[in-house]
Amino acid sequence: MKRKHKRLTFAFIAMLLLAVATALVLSAFEDSIVFFYSPTDLTEKKVADGRHVRIGGLVEESSVKKAEGAITLFRVTDLTTTIAVSYKGLLPDLFREGQGVVAEGKLQDGVFMASDVLAKHDENYMPPEVAEALKKSGQWNTGGKAK
Amino acid sequence: MTAEVGHFALILALMVAAVQATLPLVGAHRDNAEWMAVARPAALMQLVMVLISFGCLTQLYLSSDFSVLNVVQNSHTAKPLIYKIAGVWANHEGSLLLWVLILTLYGSAVAAFGNNLPPALKARVLSVQAMIAVGFYLFMLLTSNPFERVEIPPINGQDLNPLLQDPGLAIHPPMLYLGYVGFSMAFSFAIAALIEGRVDAAWARWVRPWTLAAWCFLSAGIALGSWWAYYELGWGGWWFWDPVENASFMPWLAGTALLHSSTVVEKRDTLKGWTILLAIIAFSLSLLGTFLVRSGVLTSVHTFASDPARGIFILALLVVVIGGSLTLYAWRAPSLVSTGVFQPISREGALLLNNLIMATATAAVLLGTVYPLLLDAVGGDKISVGPPFFNSVFIPLMMPMIAAMAVGPMLSWKRADLKPALTRLWAAMGFAGLVMLATWALVADGPFMGVIGIGLAAWLFAGTLSELAGRIRLLQVPFVESLRRLTRSPRATWGMTLGHLGLAITIAGMTGAGSWRTESIQTMKPGDTVSVAGYDFTFDGAEPGQGPNYSYLRGIFRIASDGKPVVTLHPEKRVYNVSKRPTTEAGIHSMFIGDLYAVVGDKDDATGAYITRLYFNPLVAWMWGGVLIMVFGGCLSLTDRRHRIGAPAGRRAAELARA
Repeated sequence: MKRKHKRLTFAFIAMLLLAVATALVLSAFEDSIVFFYSPTDLTEKKVADGRHVRIGGLVEESSVKKAEGAITLFRVTDLTTTIAVSYKGLLPDLFREGQGVVAEGKLQDGVFMASDVLAKHDENYMPPEVAEALKKSGQWNTGGKAK
Repeated sequence: MTAEVGHFALILALMVAAVQATLPLVGAHRDNAEWMAVARPAALMQLVMVLISFGCLTQLYLSSDFSVLNVVQNSHTAKPLIYKIAGVWANHEGSLLLWVLILTLYGSAVAAFGNNLPPALKARVLSVQAMIAVGFYLFMLLTSNPFERVEIPPINGQDLNPLLQDPGLAIHPPMLYLGYVGFSMAFSFAIAALIEGRVDAAWARWVRPWTLAAWCFLSAGIALGSWWAYYELGWGGWWFWDPVENASFMPWLAGTALLHSSTVVEKRDTLKGWTILLAIIAFSLSLLGTFLVRSGVLTSVHTFASDPARGIFILALLVVVIGGSLTLYAWRAPSLVSTGVFQPISREGALLLNNLIMATATAAVLLGTVYPLLLDAVGGDKISVGPPFFNSVFIPLMMPMIAAMAVGPMLSWKRADLKPALTRLWAAMGFAGLVMLATWALVADGPFMGVIGIGLAAWLFAGTLSELAGRIRLLQVPFVESLRRLTRSPRATWGMTLGHLGLAITIAGMTGAGSWRTESIQTMKPGDTVSVAGYDFTFDGAEPGQGPNYSYLRGIFRIASDGKPVVTLHPEKRVYNVSKRPTTEAGIHSMFIGDLYAVVGDKDDATGAYITRLYFNPLVAWMWGGVLIMVFGGCLSLTDRRHRIGAPAGRRAAELARA
């Protein structure tokens, strides 16, 4: 094989890899990207039941209740709209009423069935999406413990 | 006083670095030996200054000096001694100080031991190192001064984030930083070589040990971080494809590629431009990692509160370093001439294939990590890219590489024949097939990908062993001769063998824990028994108690299999006295076939039941065991005579003498 052909072989492999990677990325983007909504967005945009999304806001004061079978019920609010959330399992250590929270899951009959509640390593931390959602609803710095 | 000394030493270090960044570089250009000679004492002086600064901060922590903001925010008199020390780098400002300490440590190692480097190359390398240092000193002094005082000192501090009060996480950041910053050496050598316009085998022999050391530290650091997440966060998971995790994983991928391509430069004098580019990319990704973690632009499970002004500074630094080095690369790289030629089917070809796949995988991870940021920056939707994306892109990309990994080491340099290599792999193929069948029989109802993963791991393991057997000509020559060949193998070759074996074990562990994990979440009252994957977890209640600076609730789980007791686990729920913050300590029992894992939650006062999470994680310990073997292989390779500083000249002389 000539030097030129040799280079072409590797150029071809590189192209092939890129094509495969692009195809993989595109198909993965299609079904695994998760959109983020505030409770207001979620109701206004009429997100279909069963679609996998993330929501964020503050855990409403005195809304956390334990139900049967390790299920916890609570409400997430952006201080304009409030949405009921149901989560089965152990909540993260820093989950508390009045604090920012991000939950991943899907809507089912008006209740958000969370499969994950994201934990933070630092209690002063406010997820940027939550801060934004609060700013959008015009409630930034009036409620919540946001800095 | 101590704080002022530390602050002042840091300013002096900046001054020294500014001199070191310019004078030797100009000296190398003008061939002025005296100017070039400035680099050595300057690099050593920087180390002394940063050591003083770091020592001062440590002293402030040890003496709990609450007139210093950093100590107030991260320490407390009642904190155990080890966490007072670890507290120095368990925060933003202190961790940057650790960053520059490691940077100057590497720099002065070159200054002190690089006597056989060509003087101009040495001067340039140290200059580039100093440029990076200047950036970080400025960053610290302008936005993140660890020595800032408070006007009215409080009586006590706010204590360190309880999640960080853990031995694993005390040594995780230094390990990770030794890796990140270690790539700065490869970067500096790459930039110096671009300025000089020359890359040769001697250059590669210089770069390799640094890259190898950085790679070992980074591997260990990532494994430690993942292990910490596994036992401390209480979700039973070990890798979440979280942006902060990806931030450390991307430099690792690029660094692994660099490790392999620098071998080609050393042995065969080709792939030069590519190796230089990889060195630039590996360090750029390390910087990007620092940026992603420290700027708080991402929603991550591991994020800590942060300050946007800092983010902009790091972003600017990032633009200068990456933009500058890539511009220099575009300008100078064409002048690098490679002499070695090779056929696509050859050791070089296999290593290049490894590099192409690694680079593609790095790019895919990078895309998934920064895409949400970019989309947000242009005003698009807010999205997150999670594990499903990475699993469905990264894993298919890696599979052909793992398959090729068993073949690559069997090919000869320059030109090879695929057939004899594959013939030697029949045994490995058979072994992988058998293992797959056995796995299939055991867990027929699990995901088929798991069976493939275990098969690939078995293939790589057996393939690597057959390469070793072939190298020592096992069964072809008398056994004593084989043994002699085995003990005479260069340590670098042993490093390769162990590295690949370790990866095979790690893959088996990841596949096992990823595919066949059993999880059970429920409420349990004392006396209840729940069966998970054939193990009966009996909950014997929970008892409260006191730790050194926390109170805890300790659950008791008796675990039995077929009526025979296996172990008793004691997961804890801790509440730290000062910050009043709770943490979870999982109860874990590691076995060869998997881990038993239990977490206890809060008590529901109405019913007297506790929420519990129980897991059986198959093969999960193999993952960290495999990394340990990989790191051990890397360390062994580091002790190879060829990598010993000053060895190249000596070795060549010895070779000549032998010839």
